[in-house]
Amino acid sequence: MEPAEGTSRRSAFYATRTISRDVVVPEYPELGLIAFASPNDPEPSIRVENGRIVEIDGRTEADFDLIDAFLASHGINPAVAEEAMALDDLAFARMLCGHDVPRTEILRLVEGMTPAKVARILGLLSPLELMQAMAKMRARRTPSIQAHVTNRIDHPLLIAADAASAVALGFRELETTVPVLRDAPLVALALLIGSQVPAPGALTQCSVEEKTELELGLRGLTTYAETVSVYGTEQVFLDGDDTPWSKALLASSYASRGLKMRFTSGSGAEVLMGGAEGKSMLYLEARCVAITRAAGSQGTQNGGIDGINVTGSVPNGMREILAENVMATLYGLESCTGNDTQMSASDIRRTAHTLPLLLAGSDFLFSGFGSIPSYDNTFGASNFNAEDIDDYMMIQRDWGFEGVLRSQGDDTLLPLRRRAAEACRAVLDELDLMTFDDAELERVVTAHGSLDVSEHQTDETARAGDAIIEREITAVDVVRALSIRGFELEAERVLEMTRQRLFGDHLQTSAIFAEDMSVLSALTDPNDYAGPGTGYRPSSVRLDEMARVRQERSHVELLAEQAPHAGCVVLTERGPAAIRPRPDEVVIGISPAFGVDVWLTLSGLTVGEALRQILAGIEEEGVHARVVRVTHSLDLGMIGWTAANLSGSGVALGIQGKGTALIHRADLPTLANLELLSMAPLIDDSRYRLMGRNAARHARGEKPSPVLLPESGEPMGPRYHAKVVALINRESQCLRAGNPQEIEVTWPS
Amino acid sequence: MAELRYPLGEHNRADVRSQTGKSADELTVADIRAGTITAADAAVDPDTLRRQAEFAERGGNPQLADNLRRGAELALFSDDDVLRFYDALRPGRSSVAELQTIAAELEAGAGTRCAALVHEAIAHYTRRGLIS
Repeated sequence: MEPAEGTSRRSAFYATRTISRDVVVPEYPELGLIAFASPNDPEPSIRVENGRIVEIDGRTEADFDLIDAFLASHGINPAVAEEAMALDDLAFARMLCGHDVPRTEILRLVEGMTPAKVARILGLLSPLELMQAMAKMRARRTPSIQAHVTNRIDHPLLIAADAASAVALGFRELETTVPVLRDAPLVALALLIGSQVPAPGALTQCSVEEKTELELGLRGLTTYAETVSVYGTEQVFLDGDDTPWSKALLASSYASRGLKMRFTSGSGAEVLMGGAEGKSMLYLEARCVAITRAAGSQGTQNGGIDGINVTGSVPNGMREILAENVMATLYGLESCTGNDTQMSASDIRRTAHTLPLLLAGSDFLFSGFGSIPSYDNTFGASNFNAEDIDDYMMIQRDWGFEGVLRSQGDDTLLPLRRRAAEACRAVLDELDLMTFDDAELERVVTAHGSLDVSEHQTDETARAGDAIIEREITAVDVVRALSIRGFELEAERVLEMTRQRLFGDHLQTSAIFAEDMSVLSALTDPNDYAGPGTGYRPSSVRLDEMARVRQERSHVELLAEQAPHAGCVVLTERGPAAIRPRPDEVVIGISPAFGVDVWLTLSGLTVGEALRQILAGIEEEGVHARVVRVTHSLDLGMIGWTAANLSGSGVALGIQGKGTALIHRADLPTLANLELLSMAPLIDDSRYRLMGRNAARHARGEKPSPVLLPESGEPMGPRYHAKVVALINRESQCLRAGNPQEIEVTWPS
Repeated sequence: MAELRYPLGEHNRADVRSQTGKSADELTVADIRAGTITAADAAVDPDTLRRQAEFAERGGNPQLADNLRRGAELALFSDDDVLRFYDALRPGRSSVAELQTIAAELEAGAGTRCAALVHEAIAHYTRRGLIS
């Protein structure tokens, strides 16, 4: 089809790219569609009278909205306010990314700042400076990571099995949610059981409406909470059905039961709820983060979250997201840094969103890496999902940053998934909640996602959820049921999570349990980054673990495919090669290891077959062929050129064991050629035959059309280069000084 | 009692007691199966939360310390009470009188910090029209 008038085929091609599905907008400050510095943002200001804050960012006490009022009485420290607000923005921005001013001094000063001041300072930082500030300011030294564990049918055994997989991979917090609210207690219970199977101590939560979430926590069915949402304008805060005071009491309610809790915010939410009041995203987020600190939450989940696509639609959106993450750390909060919603249809763009934060580090790199397939993520697809796990492992290996995950094979995962599913099934049966047959359990163990288990959801899960609430089933009942059914290890681990409530150690900032149940928090493991050689560094053992990805192959493994083809052709040396014995010949120069230690080319053809096709092609043109082995060089140009100088016609065809081939002529420079097929993986039998024919035609002085490789967009390097290096190593082991050898070719019968 | 050091679970495992006086290691699977331990035995003691508040304060976060002290007060109230208090503080749920009743209930149960929070809310809710 012809392109439309005035348009190119290139434009039509662009329209097919995934990035073309992303729709972005210009800035509309009046709607809050602006990342930094809206013209409607207030000037930073503070006024303190008799130790009381009576003005914040241009608004006086009588006009305080709920957020201002709460910050005035609980947030901003009046003793520091005047000192902090008088600081030059740029001077403070420089303190954030340099190493002269310690983290604790920054924290002290931010206590006295207003949201407008903090937003304005962070707007001064470049992406790199934000990364530096993040590395310096995050609370916990050791990074961690959270997983989403959900499925579209709320299948409890699958939740348990996927929880076990997630913990085996290294996730230390698991978040679930439900499409059907009544399922929540059942799903929370399944998650709790599965989470303790591979190792003790992973924290679990069930994200639902605030009151239901609290209720699940009170019963011990969850061990932390995160869906405690705050917003940057009063109207949206109220639309979210809370006030700063109710949120503060909610925070204390969790503390009262020894439950870890963090607040949630993130830019774009106010825009989505139509109440941004024309303010910039970063300014509104500053109000959220300030409220989070003021209400006594130990941490926050922010960085876009549900609103990421709104933030992503405006210029500088991703820099704003990183600035939000840094902001949480400036307030001394645990930073649970988003990356939990797919922000683009383009793999490149969504990776670009996440990578800077990964390299900088945070308390939780993701507040929900989708550990399950995208279609099973009932939060909506995360920015990284089960489909991307191997990509993530590889990126972690490439950069050596602490991505917290480790590769695991089925030999490890399947027994853990089985144990989790069996433990969950036993508990549900013991508590008279649900039963599952063996066939269903088997499907769960090997499933990629819920589509491998069942198409439909029954009402049974909701009825089981109701029963958990009505019969007041708690974690203690789960412990009893696990023990009665013989799951003593899991019973002990679930009980230990209950016991930990007595201590409340995990209520401190950025607290997690390591797999040995030691507490890592801002108090036991404070971030001490102050430049090269300081802060968290992966140990050599950990770096080694990161390096062991699924795609790693040793040279031995890479070369294992060679041996079965040994002897596919017999190449016998018959003394020094003859020099130009006849004019109507093409000499075929083979490399040192061709048919000696290398038997299979990169395209999967044997060296014997490649040689047979070349000889046939030459013969078809009525030209004589002769084979010589070049032993002093493995360079293809040198092999071809050396052979050409032995050839009566001056034309030769050179080939390496890996299959790369060229046609050379004696009068050309060594590194030149007449034709080169450099992409060995793409050279099939017909192309070797054509190479033979073309070499013969060159020998006769003709000018044949060169052999073309098939069109392919696949990058050959990443797939084949490890093998190339292994094969070249074999070639070099066969190198020896001396003149080329005449080769007699015979075929095994 | 021994000196309490953070993390308590590491340094003071035997010293910390639940509201019913149980140490962590007295909460055993065997006793749960025997029915001599129930969920109530796993309730965190207010004094423990106050100790955590001191750790938080020393760690430089007075707001987290406040929260833990409010939590210590709520620790002695039932689940139903806690859920009810939270609900009542949500916007437009309560009259001034109802909030005052809750503040009084909190005060009666030694929940002075939480009560103060409710009194503050009453003033601002009234000012911003959030009273039902």
